[in-house]
Amino acid sequence: MKIIACIKRVPDTEARLKIGAGGTIDSTGVKFIISPYDEYALEAAFRIRDAQGSGEVVAMTVGDPAAAEQLRSALAMGADRALLLKGQTTIDGLATAKALAAEIKEAAADLVLLGMKAMDDDQQQVGPMLAELLGVACITAASDIAIEDGKVVCHREIEGGIEVVEATLPALVTLTKGAHEPRYPSLKGIMAAKKKPLEEKDAQVPASRITLKDLTPPADRPAGRIVGQGSDAVPELIRALRDEAKVL
Amino acid sequence: MANVLAVVEQRDGTLRRISDEVVSAAKSVAEQSGGVVHAIVIGPVGTSATVSQLAKFGAEIIHVVEHDALKGYSPDGYVQVIADHIKGSDYFAVLFGATTNGKDLAPRVAARLDVPLAGDATELAVESGDLVITRPMYAGRAFAKVTLDGAPRIVSIRPNVFRPQERAAAGTVQQVAFSGDASAWKVTVREVKAAAGGKLDVSEAPVVISGGRGLKGPENWQLLEQLRDAFGGRAALGASRAVVDAGWRPHGEQVGQTGKTVSPQLYFAVGISGAMQHLAGMRSAKTIVAINKDPDAPIFKVADYGIVGDFTEILPALTEAIKAEQKH
Repeated sequence: MKIIACIKRVPDTEARLKIGAGGTIDSTGVKFIISPYDEYALEAAFRIRDAQGSGEVVAMTVGDPAAAEQLRSALAMGADRALLLKGQTTIDGLATAKALAAEIKEAAADLVLLGMKAMDDDQQQVGPMLAELLGVACITAASDIAIEDGKVVCHREIEGGIEVVEATLPALVTLTKGAHEPRYPSLKGIMAAKKKPLEEKDAQVPASRITLKDLTPPADRPAGRIVGQGSDAVPELIRALRDEAKVL
Repeated sequence: MANVLAVVEQRDGTLRRISDEVVSAAKSVAEQSGGVVHAIVIGPVGTSATVSQLAKFGAEIIHVVEHDALKGYSPDGYVQVIADHIKGSDYFAVLFGATTNGKDLAPRVAARLDVPLAGDATELAVESGDLVITRPMYAGRAFAKVTLDGAPRIVSIRPNVFRPQERAAAGTVQQVAFSGDASAWKVTVREVKAAAGGKLDVSEAPVVISGGRGLKGPENWQLLEQLRDAFGGRAALGASRAVVDAGWRPHGEQVGQTGKTVSPQLYFAVGISGAMQHLAGMRSAKTIVAINKDPDAPIFKVADYGIVGDFTEILPALTEAIKAEQKH
């Protein structure tokens, strides 16, 4: 089984972000990581490959040359080879999906896996858009995934329940946190990754059709107050919630 | 044209709460763009009998696509129905709810129509004839204002942010014939396992009560459950990443960066220190209450009201006080 796992290089989720001129993020001194949901996609890819006993996992990304660092991490985790599609992605997920589709159309993958969303733009759209462009079955926000009788079967966390969904192959699945914690690269994995193939080629990313007019930090919440200590403070809290905040 | 389409959601023959919000948001946009609101509902035969409330929130025309093949959410079927409907019209904007299924559907409709999509909007305004969308990025560490170069403009709106507002319109129901072939669909839902007790989901509830590591063990969640029940069905439980990772609570309850983003009217953080990744998921709550034994916990910096102390003493007192308050 051939599995393609698409990942994205994003700023560390614990990093404090400085917004620079023109609505860009000042990345000076910021650590970059594989977007956390994409690690779930990688882990799912490894488990399916290993359960099948054959096949390969290709880690792929569209991004600037620095994203080779995240592909190298994916190789260290267990991907068999990696492909860097060099190009500038934007907040327009459809443009990114088109760049990925151009490559994946030729790749004859059985399964394409992505994180449910990238932890920078938070658009949560590249996966399902890519499925649409490829014309393959699509399951989003899967918390569990398995191959059964030539079909992919997933659990999805929907509001107030779990949906059990199956799809024909080839298919595209986006992963959320769930059944499987992503593995850490072992020392052996890190050494092996240095010898694994990491191919680079230029991507065709169409121009963004989303105009970013402004990017600002969230408004500060007005300073709150400690209403008191222990259960003695409960009446004052209730009064404040009822009369000041008007939420009771 | 300046009309706005609201794509609403039903499950098991009942419109979901997000539907009123999507129609209300659409109405606000339509008032600025000079058009009217159309709503589209997809569901099993009999759905048209359940949609009248949409008129109350401003739907002028309600398109109903009824077929028993469309009983549950089918990505293939729903994408086709909605994309075909949009192709035959000239909407200024199309709004979806950014629910699990809305976030599945909207990108696929956008890709099929070859137009861009702005997801998870928290504010919408029409300026100089264009739709300006405010949406969070970097897990709420920044907010972007964007415009879309596409016709129609496709947007999903974050649940619980756009309050339902009653502004009555005609609500004329128009049946739309369904001509899809369900046997060709690639994705099928085998079953839906409802969460225990059919409780409100944390992403939809007006009141959220979240617990963290400070609760010391899963056995203490009964105190949170009692507080939840005191709100009489309006509240849902949430959890910090630490307690989900520890296996105390299911991932479906996790609030924060690798969990859900919530915007309730009232959020209780009990025994939660307030790590950045948790704050990202709840800082847009209207009112935040923190209960923590550590007066220096970072959660107190974002909380509107805090109580310092032992949760085993505070929660029962709070539960009784809320019960008394609900009776008024």
